[in-house]
Amino acid sequence: MSKTITLTIDDRKVTAPEGEKLLWVALENDIYIPNLCAIKEEGRPSASCRLCFVHVEGLPAPVTSCTQAVREGMVVKTRTPQVDRLVRTAFELLLSDHRLKCSTCPQNRSCELQKIARARGLKLKLKRFKSLGKEYPLYESPGLFTFDRSRCVLCGRCVWVDHEVAKVGAIGFARRGLKRMVTTFGNIDLDASSCTECGLCVKACPVGALNFTGEQSSEKDG
Amino acid sequence: MSAIVIEGYYAGLKSKADHKLLPLKEKPVIWVGTATCGKAAGAIEVREAFKKEIKSRGLDAEVMEVGCMGHCYAEPLTVISKPGFPPLCYGHVDEGLVKRLVEDFLVNDDPCYEYAMVALEPNDIFPTLTDFPRGAYEEKIILEDCGFIDPEDIDHYIAREGYAALAKVLTMKPEEVLEEIKASNLRGRGGAGFPAGIKWEACRKSPGSEKYVIVNADEGDPGAFMDRSILESNPHLVIEGLIISAYTIGSSRGYFYVRSEYPQAIRRLETALEQAREKGLLGNSIMGSDFNFDIEIFRGSGAFVCGEGTALINSMEGKMGIPEHRPPRLAESGFRGKPTLLNNVKTFAYVPAIIRKGADWFKSTGTSKSPGTAVFSLVGKVGNSGLVEVPMGTTLRQLVYDVGEGIPGEKKFKAVQIGGPSGGCLPESALDVPIDFDSLHEAGAIMGSGGLVILDEDDCMVAIARYFLEFTQKESCGKCTFCRLGTKHMLDILTRITKGQEEDLASLDILRELAEDIEAGSLCNLGKTAPNPVLTTIRYFLDEYKEHIVNKRCPALMCTDLIAFYIAPEKCSKLCNACVGSCPTEAVYTREDGLKAINQDKCVKCNNCLKACPTEYSAVIKLSPPELVVEKEREQK
Ligand SMILES: Cc1cc2nc3c(=O)[nH]c(=O)nc-3n(C[C@H](O)[C@H](O)[C@H](O)COP(=O)(O)O)c2cc1C
Ligand code: SF4
Ligand code: SF4
Repeated sequence: MSKTITLTIDDRKVTAPEGEKLLWVALENDIYIPNLCAIKEEGRPSASCRLCFVHVEGLPAPVTSCTQAVREGMVVKTRTPQVDRLVRTAFELLLSDHRLKCSTCPQNRSCELQKIARARGLKLKLKRFKSLGKEYPLYESPGLFTFDRSRCVLCGRCVWVDHEVAKVGAIGFARRGLKRMVTTFGNIDLDASSCTECGLCVKACPVGALNFTGEQSSEKDG
Repeated sequence: MSAIVIEGYYAGLKSKADHKLLPLKEKPVIWVGTATCGKAAGAIEVREAFKKEIKSRGLDAEVMEVGCMGHCYAEPLTVISKPGFPPLCYGHVDEGLVKRLVEDFLVNDDPCYEYAMVALEPNDIFPTLTDFPRGAYEEKIILEDCGFIDPEDIDHYIAREGYAALAKVLTMKPEEVLEEIKASNLRGRGGAGFPAGIKWEACRKSPGSEKYVIVNADEGDPGAFMDRSILESNPHLVIEGLIISAYTIGSSRGYFYVRSEYPQAIRRLETALEQAREKGLLGNSIMGSDFNFDIEIFRGSGAFVCGEGTALINSMEGKMGIPEHRPPRLAESGFRGKPTLLNNVKTFAYVPAIIRKGADWFKSTGTSKSPGTAVFSLVGKVGNSGLVEVPMGTTLRQLVYDVGEGIPGEKKFKAVQIGGPSGGCLPESALDVPIDFDSLHEAGAIMGSGGLVILDEDDCMVAIARYFLEFTQKESCGKCTFCRLGTKHMLDILTRITKGQEEDLASLDILRELAEDIEAGSLCNLGKTAPNPVLTTIRYFLDEYKEHIVNKRCPALMCTDLIAFYIAPEKCSKLCNACVGSCPTEAVYTREDGLKAINQDKCVKCNNCLKACPTEYSAVIKLSPPELVVEKEREQK
């Protein structure tokens, strides 16, 4: 339906359907842009993690690539000093609100935060900011999985699959500001909620917040 | 044909209203300001006292309730108009003065000039508003009738040409109305100053037959009360503006989004909507035309961020009031996914006058890029607090010193915080900046929704920046990384600075970098503007920050962790015990020689002793850093 256009990302010419969001065009062409909250199928991007900044020629400031539609002739740079600075700060901010004990985390080595650090040469350590000391008790679902809210980065992927793929609606965001969290509606126990333990949310989680129970052992030993 | 019907309809409304109000010209009328500001100062008691006195004396006089006249420092306010005298305004009215005014003025023709503040019409006896500096600068467009009409009686509004603009619009083509609004260059008064005409045009052009118009009356800035005042004092002005916008863009349904903390505004709006419906100004075939439109009130949940357009829409749709990425703009996809026009209360309030008097008339006030007036709530260290309306282009200096009558006491001006928590602090050197959207932006502040706090030498700029940032940090919806976490880290750094716990000047660099990144990286304007108070105070008051960090000293003597209370022996009278009695923790004691002193270990820095010490001694002083006390005590020995 939509016509195909050509754009340039990091000096590489790529083609894409007009209007497609830049983030997906880049990723499909193996050009990595950090991201946590992006979901391709989502109608209106959440644009909340603020990691996918890029520079688009002609625009005065970096923009989030998950919200930027591609146009014919667009020239994009995924790395500029301005972009790198924003990504670094957003990344450090997320780390300051994340229980940073990789060695005992079930997702060690398969975590998106580690991937971003590797791709952008960032440290998994706090330098400019102090840790906000987020500590929540570990929640264990009746059978299948555990939820460590201290590691949740509020990307919303679990909520999205729960609502749009599983079509259950057991979980959602609650509270405002620093207290924003993923929880069940009415903040009741999962087993009292409509959760079917389909496990889709666990697979969607990019970090070590939602884990299948078996994956949890090292954490408890540690 | 239609034009004749509409003009006839309006003429009928007008003559009915004039007729009804005629008797008010023939007998004494007492107008009591009962907007929230008046009520808080005791206006209801004043109203009842007038009624009682008039009744007990069997006088033929009317007591009417009006809204806010803008002189909040002198509430409760009362205006008495008695045939044969100019209408006179009295401030700080209490029951004693009520008795006096009824006895002396209403019964015996003595207007008690010694109590009158100002006359409201030109006359030979008593000064009018224009005889004061404030009146000379003020030019009222949207506040013109506030305080002079009964907001609960639509006929008062109609008698003052209310709904004449609507009648005119209904005989015009929507495109012609749009052209007039565009030509007026009216800019949105909700903060950003976006041209209203362009927004209206986008909504009008958006495809679809179902469209919405919404008044943003969320007014969440701490200390701002302009929108509330207008809704409480002259609700029909905003309703008329909204109806005109609906006609222009082609909408049949409008909403007022009012925060639920404004019960009086909501009540008066409900009354006003009902009366407008009764008069055929809302509903089907308005004024006999073929235009149908009605309005509902939506009560907001009260979160500051709900004033942001996309969050406001989410909240109206029953979702969490959390912002979304734009585009799409509301003009393309707003309420229920339909094209939606959202403007501030004040923006709509300018519309009737622009239509009645024309775009050129509107542009004759203010500056070429920011025509019209600006409405501010002046608060803080200023003689005349209250609501003011001045032409755009008035300088901050004129606003502070002429309209506000300067800083009380012998204190020195330090800064104005303009634009609320999203605005900035401007110093003395910026006082000659003209107030308009672009000049303020250049200076680092914003027009915002019109809160203006005046600060003097006793205000610590670090603490002020911290105060505003604490507000936005608490109000962050938490959706996006920069605002949720970044503002928290900024606040933590500022807290450490004001407590003397920050050792390293490098923390200022982190603070500044973080502030810039939050501005550039946040999803919505709450986050994007939250660092403004911090960035402007760093820009203009860097030394104050440094003093806190390097010398652990608060130059304004405001940060409690960095000061100590001390009684200067050479000033203490020995004989008075005021300070001793005032201290809640018994930290103040009498020394063997009779002088008073403070046990620093017990002192909780409540400021009581300083207030208690009689001004002729002023022996209690604050010292910063606190260690100075030890030095002073050593000197003494
Ligand atoms: C956090 C935040 C709070 C806001 N609060 C208000 C408000 O209380 N009233 C208002 O009119 N606009 C507010 N705005 C601005 C609105 O988003 C919008 O720009 C405005 O209502 C448009 O009207 P205008 O063009 O007439 O100014 C706020 C914006 C932000 C980012
Ligand atoms: S639990 Fe995982 S998927 Fe869900 S919001 Fe947190 S980080 Fe994202
Ligand atoms: S900037 Fe703040 S208020 Fe706006 S979306 Fe982000 S977290 Fe929410």
